[in-house]
Amino acid sequence: MSAKTKIEITGVRKGFDTDRGPLPVVDGLSLSVADGEFVAIVGPSGCGKSTLMNIISGFERPDEGRVLIDGAPLRGPSPKGIVISQHGSVFPWLTVRENLMFGLNGNGHGDKAALADHYAAVVGLKGFERSYPHELSGGMLKRVEIARALVVKPEILYMDEPFSALDALMNLRMRNELLRILAEERHTVLLITHDVEEAVYMADRIMVLSPRPATIQATFHVDLPHPRRLGSPQAQQLREDILKELGL
Amino acid sequence: MSATRGIGNRLGRRLVLALPPLAVIAAVVALWWWLVVRTDSAIFPTPWQVVTGALELAQDGTLWEHIGASLFRVGTGFLLAMVVAIPLGLWMGWVSGAYITLNPIFQMLRPISPIAWIPLAILWFGVGNVSPIFLIFISSVFPMIVQTTAGVHTIERRYLRAAANFGVSRAVLFRRVVIPAVLPQIIVGMRIGLGVAWLVVVAAEMIALRSGLGYMIMDSRNAGNRYDLVIAGMIIIGLIGLLLDGATRLLERLKTVRWRYVR
Repeated sequence: MSAKTKIEITGVRKGFDTDRGPLPVVDGLSLSVADGEFVAIVGPSGCGKSTLMNIISGFERPDEGRVLIDGAPLRGPSPKGIVISQHGSVFPWLTVRENLMFGLNGNGHGDKAALADHYAAVVGLKGFERSYPHELSGGMLKRVEIARALVVKPEILYMDEPFSALDALMNLRMRNELLRILAEERHTVLLITHDVEEAVYMADRIMVLSPRPATIQATFHVDLPHPRRLGSPQAQQLREDILKELGL
Repeated sequence: MSATRGIGNRLGRRLVLALPPLAVIAAVVALWWWLVVRTDSAIFPTPWQVVTGALELAQDGTLWEHIGASLFRVGTGFLLAMVVAIPLGLWMGWVSGAYITLNPIFQMLRPISPIAWIPLAILWFGVGNVSPIFLIFISSVFPMIVQTTAGVHTIERRYLRAAANFGVSRAVLFRRVVIPAVLPQIIVGMRIGLGVAWLVVVAAEMIALRSGLGYMIMDSRNAGNRYDLVIAGMIIIGLIGLLLDGATRLLERLKTVRWRYVR
């Protein structure tokens, strides 16, 4: 049953030079994520979560250590792993359909417009294919972004506080949407969040980061079936334990 | 029913909005008229004399020739400036070496009034059509370069990152991300450039040439103190400037640049 390792990070270290000398941000961090696994990384703000995400997704190079994807060293960002971040990056000058077709380069995709429309429907945006982003709400924009990632059939989704810019209700709604989509197309997901409940609700495994410089402080396996109830005693207990790790 | 009433309301609102500026214009015209009558000026015309003077020129066709000549010079110089400024601005914005190398000289040339170039233009190109076209080019090319470059520099990183994430080629990155992201700034540059171009063509035509609205103004004064035509020329210049700006503003309604103005 133990699936093959998708992401393997060993001894990653990263620091920045500041006016007041070098600032270590990630300090010898190792973790591995199995194929199809949903791993959440929670940590206090400013602990280096986003730097870690940039390193794993290939946008930044670690000072030390290495990142392997499918056993091969990571060379930079690629459509194999798509980043979905807090502020979103849906192109405002393209329609929903054009956004979804953006990543479909080359000719191996068949009817690109049909594929785009299919994923628009998957995220519940049927009928909005010709709309421009400024005509959509924040929740709908987030759906566009998720759909745009799914179209290129990425093996990994890197989600950096994906729903934290949404209102509370839409945040809850998007969690369920994401789980529904993931049940259909099994992606490996790495979620970075400060929202413990979000992690407990969705992830298979939760890692708690220490304050900067970031290392993994604790790991929790979440053996609860979906759909999860956050009010259940197990979920509450898990939440308590994680918050305790975070010093709350 | 409600739809037609909605349109009626919108029209009504626009009319109401147009009233104060129209009232100001009417007041200025009234004051002008009153002052001319009051002072019994022999030279300065009343608004009505300006209208009849303009109609006279319109009827014998010379007015249209002057307008056409000025618009042709602006159009040619401005198009040339666009063809040079937009690619150059994109290049300078994208390649920092190009920016570091070229920006200082452009920043130095930019504050020189295009009027200061008139002697050089006459020296180099004589008093034909080329001189004003050159002056328009000079006046509108720098604002457009600067705006385009600034537009590239202010592209939000998250869009470039997303493009990098999807692994698109440089050509696609440029066509689908960089250019559309900069387009609103390019349009701003075009508005500034066209405004300056119109300002300059009239000034350039005052110095030399035998056609154009600037020439018409100078010629009316020199040939018999026809101040009615001088003022008619000024008003026409103002109106055409307004129309040109309105035309470039229409570009802001393009679906692909609307995002910049709604949020």
